[in-house]
Amino acid sequence: MNFENFLLMRQELVLIGIVLIVLIAEIFTDKDQKGIITPLAITLFAIHTIIGFLPLAEGSIFGGSYNTSALINTMKNVLNLGVLIILIQSSFWLNQENQKGKVSEFYIVLLSTLVGMFYMISSGDFLMFYIGLETATIPLAALTAFDRYKNKSAEAGIKLILSSALSSGILLYGLSMIYGTTGSVYFKDITPMISQTNALQILAFIFYFAGMGFKMSLVPFHLWTADVYEGAPISITSYLSVISKGAAVFIFTIILFTVFKVLLPMWQDIIWVIAVMTMTIGNLFALRQKNMKRFLAFSSIAQAGFIVLGILSGTAMGMATVVYYILVYIFSNLAAFGVVSVISATTGRETMDEYNGMYATNPKLSWALTIALFSLAGIPPVAGFFGKFFLFTAAAEKGFYWIVLIALLNTIISLYYYLMPVKAMFINKSETPMEAFKSDAMSKAGIIICLVGMLVIGLASPIYESILKVCFGI
Amino acid sequence: MDILSLFVLVPFLTIIGILCTKGLKGTRVVSAVGMGIQLIMAFHLLFKYLAERRAGNIAEMVFVKSHLWYQSLNIHYTVGVDGIAVAMIMLTSIVVFAGVFASWMTKELPREFFISLIFLSSGVFGFFISIDLFTMFLFYEIAVIPMYLLIGLWGTGPKEYSAMKLTLMLMGGSALLVLGLLGIYFNSAPNGGQLTFNILEIAKVHIPVATQKFFFPFLFVGFGVLGALFPFHTWSPDGHASAPTAVSMLHAGVLMKLGGYGILRVAMYLLPDAAVQMGWIFLIFTTTSVVYGAFGAIWQKDLKYINAYSSVSHCGMVIFALLMINKTAMDGAILQMISHGLMTALFFALIGMIYGRTHTRNIHEMGGLMKVIPFLAVIYVIAGMASLGLPGLSGFVAEMTIFVGSFQNVDTFHRVCTIIATTAIVVTAVYILRVVGLLLLGPIKNAHFEELKDATWYEKVSLLTLLIAIFAVGLAPFWLSNMIQDSLTPIVAKLSVIAQ
Repeated sequence: MNFENFLLMRQELVLIGIVLIVLIAEIFTDKDQKGIITPLAITLFAIHTIIGFLPLAEGSIFGGSYNTSALINTMKNVLNLGVLIILIQSSFWLNQENQKGKVSEFYIVLLSTLVGMFYMISSGDFLMFYIGLETATIPLAALTAFDRYKNKSAEAGIKLILSSALSSGILLYGLSMIYGTTGSVYFKDITPMISQTNALQILAFIFYFAGMGFKMSLVPFHLWTADVYEGAPISITSYLSVISKGAAVFIFTIILFTVFKVLLPMWQDIIWVIAVMTMTIGNLFALRQKNMKRFLAFSSIAQAGFIVLGILSGTAMGMATVVYYILVYIFSNLAAFGVVSVISATTGRETMDEYNGMYATNPKLSWALTIALFSLAGIPPVAGFFGKFFLFTAAAEKGFYWIVLIALLNTIISLYYYLMPVKAMFINKSETPMEAFKSDAMSKAGIIICLVGMLVIGLASPIYESILKVCFGI
Repeated sequence: MDILSLFVLVPFLTIIGILCTKGLKGTRVVSAVGMGIQLIMAFHLLFKYLAERRAGNIAEMVFVKSHLWYQSLNIHYTVGVDGIAVAMIMLTSIVVFAGVFASWMTKELPREFFISLIFLSSGVFGFFISIDLFTMFLFYEIAVIPMYLLIGLWGTGPKEYSAMKLTLMLMGGSALLVLGLLGIYFNSAPNGGQLTFNILEIAKVHIPVATQKFFFPFLFVGFGVLGALFPFHTWSPDGHASAPTAVSMLHAGVLMKLGGYGILRVAMYLLPDAAVQMGWIFLIFTTTSVVYGAFGAIWQKDLKYINAYSSVSHCGMVIFALLMINKTAMDGAILQMISHGLMTALFFALIGMIYGRTHTRNIHEMGGLMKVIPFLAVIYVIAGMASLGLPGLSGFVAEMTIFVGSFQNVDTFHRVCTIIATTAIVVTAVYILRVVGLLLLGPIKNAHFEELKDATWYEKVSLLTLLIAIFAVGLAPFWLSNMIQDSLTPIVAKLSVIAQ
């Protein structure tokens, strides 16, 4: 391995560099100079995002442990965009009194989890994969408990770390069984040795699926989601719902399409059942939610059901639609979370009933949330429509018409609950509507970036086409 | 910019214009100007189309323009029109123009109202000019979703309930449509080659019959929900009754025709074997629609509900005639789409104006309005005559053509359905004449009504626009009928080959 090869890890190296710079800035600034940390971190991360789009060679280093390809780089760029928006949106909350003295810790821990996710996505063997997964998960529990003045936050942190530990343990058990039956942890060595008749390997696959299903909030591994999303500070909730989920979906797809491709018929059946359960149960529970954060949490669970629909077919188009939909989902969900967080931080209103009559006082925020909800529901002309349509096309390509029908009916159910906040804001009247307020520049910028993204990503076909070019199927 | 895409561009420019103005006055002037330009463009398109045909262009669709959009899925932004589409575009532009004037006095959030209304109409125009299935579906969804806010915010009565029911049922129909469209797409190249969403290219291909029969119900019911096919019509009475005037006009007048048009252009044209073999099942449903709607209207006391059930009946007649699969009947179906579109828009406009004056829609609480508001009353009588099919007005032309065409099918089943459907004519006469009598004739029931003012200038513009169109179609239908029949030729040819 030489220096050029080492630079293949460009994304991770820049990110680690940013973490170190923020750490050094923290150590060497006085108490009253701490205001510099937030702009520094956001600027550096913006530079990192831009560098990420520069062309990167393909290759594999550390003996095959670390791979990089155009597809993997695209996935990392998608996650970068999401994290940039989250950093921008979280700056208002972070610079409030309650979070004083913890600002740089937020950035350092958050970006460390992102480093873990990048290594997880680039992994070439199960050891690197597991290290990346743990690096991505454990600090997240600390972030979930970030809000030290709320019991719910600590409760969410405990729930997350305990359930993560359990699922990671099961995942590791499965990986150990794969090592036991194949004698190697490297994907390249394992792939030819997987067979449909080896019972221990099938069991290992089930455990692997369970561990990843936890990260992706698939039913029946979703029970942690609602409480953790509700208790965590809203920036961390948005991070969990889009970035953590997205990274898990990416590496899950890659491993299913490479290592476990022989087991295709088996995992198609499993995904079929789990996708149906996830969409249905996520939707049915979301119908009853009044707290906006729990509402968005259950909607995220249902969205995960739609996302795995793209994996079902096992084709290149399937993988492309998954990556594309995660991109669309990032912009839509972060727009929704952005509005909810700005409202929660400024007025403290958290339930749907408190949003009644909001249009009269805060029209622009109402429209922003409406467009975000329409995108999540899959209504044209915003990007969510294109994302959902392409997912259904990918599933229909291999003849899975019945699940497309079930997914379409679930889309209608989801439309009902996505219209509930719209109804509250526009149609319901209230004695005490939300007071009119102006958000700060950063929050506005965050929401506007998401809105522009939602409008552009669907109509501009080069984005999807460039993703499709780098994807591969079975 | 080609002539057809202007129909989508002008509404967007109008919306931007509205965003730049403030208050009710500016908004409605911009809307009127914008939709007036749209109306002039529609007439211009009509003359250009007729000139194109006279010059000898016998291509199935004219003014075709195509832009590649998603290369990997072969999705194009493709536009093109034939006679049927031109007729529908004219209908839409007339109804939208009348609708803008009928909403002249919208006091609450006028900018949002007109923007939503025009955004909806842009979806409708886009639907009629598209010949790529994906783009067509995209515009179809754009035409449906603003209904939720339009009814929920500006409606009357149980508006939240009606708005939600309408939105969910119509989106439910479009959910079924997605499945049908994907089914067609993945079977659009049975001999190898590239899959396509383009209607003209798919029409040349033969899709296996078993596949057709699987997807035809999804497409038919998907469009049928919007066309008020029994038993998926239940969104219609509540939806129309709760909606504000212009929204009812646009919805009953134009949107419900999207269903009929979609059934013709997509379900029957692209899946002809299934249409011929399975049509009889849906014929039972649609005959029920016709009769059920008519009988339903008799029982109602609320003017808007009467008109809503009447719309179910008349739109049912459209699909009824389409399923008869012969040229005359299908010609009648399209004439009915136009005639009923104009007529029901006229009715809803009148009802809105009467309600605005009397503040009641209950027919038993009104009476003798002919003496008080003669202009509105006379137009109401004319609209009623059009609805029950008086010769000289458009209703007669459409219904006559439909029933003559339907009777041409000699087998017993079709004849029996035709006879059952004709009973609706009599029932229509019952509820129309009864309402005219209760509403306009007889003694004035409420002393307050003696001070009612007759139609204002903007109301007159709205009503006369529609009335002139109804007379034009009624007195000289041949120009319209010939235009439609020429465009029906390829569709009927494809279906007749199989019916033999």
